[in-house]
Amino acid sequence: MTHATQSLDQMRPPFPAEPGSGVYSNKLGMWVFLASDVMFFTALIGSYIILRFGMTTPWAQPGAVLNVPLTGLNTFLLICSSVSMVKAYAAIADGKKYFLRKVPGKTLQDGGLKFWLLVTIICGAGFVGVQVVEYIKLIGEGFTPAGYREASLLAEHATADPIKYGLGVAGMYGSAFFTMTGFHGFHVTCGVISMLYLYFTKVLPEKYSAQDYRGIEVIGLYWHFVDLVWIILFTIVYLI
Amino acid sequence: MTTPTTPTTHVRPNYMRIWLYLFVMTVAEVTLAFELPVGRTGKLILLLILAIWKALLVALFFMHLKFERWRLRLIFIVPLPLAAILVTVAIMEKVF
Repeated sequence: MTHATQSLDQMRPPFPAEPGSGVYSNKLGMWVFLASDVMFFTALIGSYIILRFGMTTPWAQPGAVLNVPLTGLNTFLLICSSVSMVKAYAAIADGKKYFLRKVPGKTLQDGGLKFWLLVTIICGAGFVGVQVVEYIKLIGEGFTPAGYREASLLAEHATADPIKYGLGVAGMYGSAFFTMTGFHGFHVTCGVISMLYLYFTKVLPEKYSAQDYRGIEVIGLYWHFVDLVWIILFTIVYLI
Repeated sequence: MTTPTTPTTHVRPNYMRIWLYLFVMTVAEVTLAFELPVGRTGKLILLLILAIWKALLVALFFMHLKFERWRLRLIFIVPLPLAAILVTVAIMEKVF
């Protein structure tokens, strides 16, 4: 095979491409799905922009209701998972199927596909876990998809300072927040489940090789897209 | 019957450097949003620029769009103007 003779820092397709599209069919299918997902998230984000900036009543100020440091940690987790995913891709492209191996002459260990994909799964699961904690905390404080629950802590704060907490549009704020972050969280959960499936059925039994690692590239594309969407959501929902 | 085409090779980007850029820009975003004395409009524009920049880094280097053929890039690019039209029309509906 020509693949075996190529140097390690070169990128090459994980499988021979089909003529026409120029890529293999699994990858083309994932790109078409991602294109449809772009439209899906644009509809959600577009609705949010219209609702928020079309209102004369101000929305809650950034950080008033939502826990930005906690979500900042979550953003960091997702960025780390994205880089570990691409390291997993690079590892199998170089034929490194193993977990960890010592680097000759150094104290460092070299991570293979098994290591980097496991890191990605842990970071992804961590993201979902932190989001669940955030939801529980917010609902406990009285922030629900219907707005501020009566007689809750946030309802009291909002009554005392209606501008800062956006009391007049709390219902829309709640529904927009939980819809957008909820659908994103669902995507992350699906990604984690898919990666777990690949890990136990393909990666641990060493079914991928430097000649064919389509599954890793395709799930990687999905995972990076989920990260990309979160980058936009984090800015729009939490910081603006 | 399909015939495999010759695989093309590219130099692999430095993924850890991209990760560092993403991390620094995320810290910059949070600092800008809560600490820096910048006006609301200026803050909005800067935050959106940083977010789009980060998204581009992920798409170009982690999703390898920078190294893909144009016909594949188009699949991802085409929905963006369509989405922009959708949002613009909806905003006009709301405004007028």
